[in-house]
Amino acid sequence: MAGSAGSVGIVEAKRAVFEEPFRFRSGAEIPRFELMYETYGTLNAARSNAVLVCHALNASHHVAGTYAAEADNVGFWDNLVGPGKPLDTDRFFVIGNNYIGGCFGSTGPTSVNPATGKPYGADFPVVTVEDWVAAQARLADQLGIERFAAVIGGSLGAMQALQWALAYPDRIGHSLVIASTPRLSAQNIAFNEVARQAIVTDPDFHGGHYYEHGVVPRRGLRIARMIGHITYLSDDAMMEKFGRVMRRASLGFDFDVDFEIESYLRHQGDKFSTYFDANTYLRITKALDYYDPAVDFGGDLARSFARAKAAFLVVSFKSDWRFAPARSRAMVKALLDNRRIVSYLELDAPGGHDAFLLEDPRYHGALRAYFENIEL
Amino acid sequence: MTRPDLETIAKWVAPGSRVLDLGCGDGSLLRHLWEGNQAHGYGVEIDDAEVLACFRNDVNVLQLDLESGLALFQDGSFDCVILSETLQTIHRIELLTREMLRVGKEAIVSFPNFGHWQARLQVLAGRMPVSAELPHQWYNTPNVHLCTLADFEDLCAKLGAKIRERAVLSRGRPVSVLPNLLGSLAVYRITA
Repeated sequence: MAGSAGSVGIVEAKRAVFEEPFRFRSGAEIPRFELMYETYGTLNAARSNAVLVCHALNASHHVAGTYAAEADNVGFWDNLVGPGKPLDTDRFFVIGNNYIGGCFGSTGPTSVNPATGKPYGADFPVVTVEDWVAAQARLADQLGIERFAAVIGGSLGAMQALQWALAYPDRIGHSLVIASTPRLSAQNIAFNEVARQAIVTDPDFHGGHYYEHGVVPRRGLRIARMIGHITYLSDDAMMEKFGRVMRRASLGFDFDVDFEIESYLRHQGDKFSTYFDANTYLRITKALDYYDPAVDFGGDLARSFARAKAAFLVVSFKSDWRFAPARSRAMVKALLDNRRIVSYLELDAPGGHDAFLLEDPRYHGALRAYFENIEL
Repeated sequence: MTRPDLETIAKWVAPGSRVLDLGCGDGSLLRHLWEGNQAHGYGVEIDDAEVLACFRNDVNVLQLDLESGLALFQDGSFDCVILSETLQTIHRIELLTREMLRVGKEAIVSFPNFGHWQARLQVLAGRMPVSAELPHQWYNTPNVHLCTLADFEDLCAKLGAKIRERAVLSRGRPVSVLPNLLGSLAVYRITA
């Protein structure tokens, strides 16, 4: 992909340093923090063309392009972001960032706690969507961006795009909320709790201070990822991709891998457990569980959306059972109740929750037109 | 603005109105209402290609199925709800008409007149009508509920809806004599 037409090409990650304390929603505070970010395109003279891309669970600040030393490491939304792509870097200044509490270089549980000289580990505060957005606002301040033309994200990235519109109504022109929900259902929280239990009951977890023991709770992370992965795909998509295809010539009558899907999940779990931090995983699932902008408004989503001023694009996918279209329609209704500008795309796409990362011509066509219509 | 009913609708929409266009197609009516009447609002459309065309036309579009009603919209939240040449494709017309009158202060409905003399002649000749307004064959038509002017007015009476204005057109020109026989397209402005 590197160097090909439409790619931003080789990119470099940058580090923003904040020497002032950061206070979390929980009340906990850290004395300083750093955020990893990448930028694509050029900030115009009026500083009006910045678009913030918020990532979901396992991605990072690496949105598009590749690294000089890692030609295969393509950004997670490379099909969307680049010159001539739907989010066109010839027109927009696009910023990816790794949220606070993450494990890709931004300050998080693996970072050194200045008070102890050791990694924070279990002592790193529980993070929330509100915290991520507050930290991003500090990044925007440092980059001299008073107002984003748009903030876009999928899944929990979309929660950040929504939170931007609620927390900083004057600092965002458009909020693109894709494959998301304004709050998790009991079933969503239940899946998260199973994932957390898999991690915290791993003998290598050591109460979150596993770094000191030179181990990682790999088994727990692996199972957490396997569970997560099941919820990202639709039943149909999984059947289409794997069916009942066997990995071995005949049934083994043992507990090793018989079916392709088992092999796939094990592979995904193994891969994930080598690069993702368990403490970050725990915190992300809590951030998801805790997010509910309506909680201070008696559960009334419409009232909680009253402060938003941005124009919205809400997108859902019919095969997404993790955050089903009904959740997106609830957001659309809350926006309509407040007479906000909103468009809503409900695509009959097969990809399940992960469809937001796929290249569907209807989906990308709409995003392209939407971005083209944004006045700078 | 190629369809003849759209000019009539645009004349009836007051400047600055808040409009909801149900079955909005590519959004050209909404765009016209914005550019000509400074009327703003949303389109509702289910077809993927039409929804994409709406995005390209820079109108607010909501991809929803009208058959499930207008649950996303509050009572009286629009000055005008438009259903332009879409009525005949709706299964639950009674429900949708009630919903339009709940959500809008008024509703504008246009549909092909099945009572037009050409349609009547074709039926007399033993064939399902095919015309400029009804271009499909019986086996591939998206239309499920065709009606005449008289039929629609009966429905309005049943629902207690008041007919405020009516325009009947044939080949884009107004028809004043024997409208249910000579008109091929009807446009109504109704209120609760």
